[in-house]
Amino acid sequence: MGKVLAVTGNQAIAEAMRQINPDVCAAYPITPSTEVMQRFAAFVADGKVDTELVTVESEHSAMSACIGASAAGGRVMTATSSQGLALMWEMLHIASGMRMPIVMTLVNRALSAPINIHGDHSDGMGARDCGWVQLWSENGQEAYDNLIQAIRIAEHEDVRLPAMVNMDGFIISHSIESMEFLPDDVVKDFIGEYKPKNPLLDIENPVTMGPLVLPDYFMEFKRQQHEAMLHVKDVVLEVAKEFEKVSGRSYGLFEAYRLDDAELAIVVLNSAAGTCKDVIDEYRDRGIKVGLLKPRLFRPFPYEEVAEALSGVKVIGVLDRAESFGGFGPMYMEIASAMMTNGSKPIMINKIYGLGGRDFMPEHAAMVIDELKEIAETGKVKLYKDYLGVRE
Amino acid sequence: MAETVEIRWHGRGGQGTVTAAKVLADACLSGGRHVQAFPEYGPERAGAPLRAYNRISSKPLRMHCPVTKPNIVAVVDATLLDSIDVTEGAPDDAIFVVNTGKEPSEIRQKMKLKDTQKVYTVDATKIALETIGRPLPNSCMLGALAKASGLVDLDTLLEDVKGSFGSKFSEKIITANLEATRRGYEEVKEG
Repeated sequence: MGKVLAVTGNQAIAEAMRQINPDVCAAYPITPSTEVMQRFAAFVADGKVDTELVTVESEHSAMSACIGASAAGGRVMTATSSQGLALMWEMLHIASGMRMPIVMTLVNRALSAPINIHGDHSDGMGARDCGWVQLWSENGQEAYDNLIQAIRIAEHEDVRLPAMVNMDGFIISHSIESMEFLPDDVVKDFIGEYKPKNPLLDIENPVTMGPLVLPDYFMEFKRQQHEAMLHVKDVVLEVAKEFEKVSGRSYGLFEAYRLDDAELAIVVLNSAAGTCKDVIDEYRDRGIKVGLLKPRLFRPFPYEEVAEALSGVKVIGVLDRAESFGGFGPMYMEIASAMMTNGSKPIMINKIYGLGGRDFMPEHAAMVIDELKEIAETGKVKLYKDYLGVRE
Repeated sequence: MAETVEIRWHGRGGQGTVTAAKVLADACLSGGRHVQAFPEYGPERAGAPLRAYNRISSKPLRMHCPVTKPNIVAVVDATLLDSIDVTEGAPDDAIFVVNTGKEPSEIRQKMKLKDTQKVYTVDATKIALETIGRPLPNSCMLGALAKASGLVDLDTLLEDVKGSFGSKFSEKIITANLEATRRGYEEVKEG
């Protein structure tokens, strides 16, 4: 049994990083993830970790240094948000293409312009195709648990890919909540010792990394990257099973809440899922069969499993905290693709909510459920894509 | 105690309102309760009105949004009563704790409270000046709120005030804040 403390989401992440004790950490501060590195830098200064902390001049350099350190053979971590992730962009692809198991916390924040420091998922969704494993977290506890598990997932022999753990900026990163920490030795044993593959510092066995590959073999590289991603699901479940043994907390590819007999369902990521669950309980008390699916693993996306979980549902409301201008929200597109895999054809609507930190209130969840209910009764959809809580 | 208690703090930047919400969350961890503490992030400047929130519950807290129907409202700066409706959304059995030298009956009238709502007053700024030597009413308000709500006993609260000030401040400042907390607990008036 670990210690229960009241801490911010950022504190929880910094604490997980202290327990993981990575070899190298290169970072550049950006709101709302700043506190992660601020606290971790204090651990370094106080000698509580053995980490080489590299303070660089930009996020592009931060990710470059992470890649270099990972190629050299180190266990490497970092954290960022929003514009910071955007500035890392080209290096994100290089980290995954070179199969570097770097683990990063992404404290989700809107992208400029207009400038805004608050939480939405534009940054993480924008990095969808960068080849990183993505885990999403409802609260500080899940972010802490996900980060520890992400080390095992990224470094797994069948995976060897970078992973990012997402949590909502401010709503989680700056809010204090009670949560349980694992003892240091339990985390240490759980993640185990890092065994690098073909490290550059193994000078007895020199290797080439990041060479030019022309059309003759480029596609084979990319297909193998996809194959590595396909291994992730099994590894996530295997790691989750072991994690449950040491923590008592169980995780899957997604969370299904009151979904077994549901006719209506909400699909939503991160902190808004908690608010929705409380509202769903109220509707269940009134006999309305509504449930929720909260994806945890977004890349790779578990299409078949999600489709199976939603197969009995008549109407689905997919909530996106990110825009795809001129298109459906990114989560809607995934759920629509998922439902194509098993032939069940629910009616699906998309709601964009919470951009730039706009509050997502219980009333918003209730509005969505009311609309799903009306669609189930009439079969009529007013708008397939619409907004929640816009002031116009 | 109800299953979940929701608290809304009204203060001005620089009065330690956010710290008060954090210390309360820590103090309420006792007995295996679940807690939340979070401020509203706006333009952060000294003197500007701000809100902070707590949720304290016997069951896990899943709601992640501001408190709109507070069971308890703490007004750290009484000048806000003239510019903000601090009663907004408060249910009929809400408790108000106001930092003022005025009597509870006078404040009740000013705030147009319902008969079923309770009001407590404490002259937290005066107590802060006498103990800490600066107009920082947060520790005193914590003591008053603890007494008015019954959420946490004085000894537990004092431990947490000490713990949260301990690493950053001198012995003298910690002792002064503990005294302010104690006086808030003892001098708060119900009306």
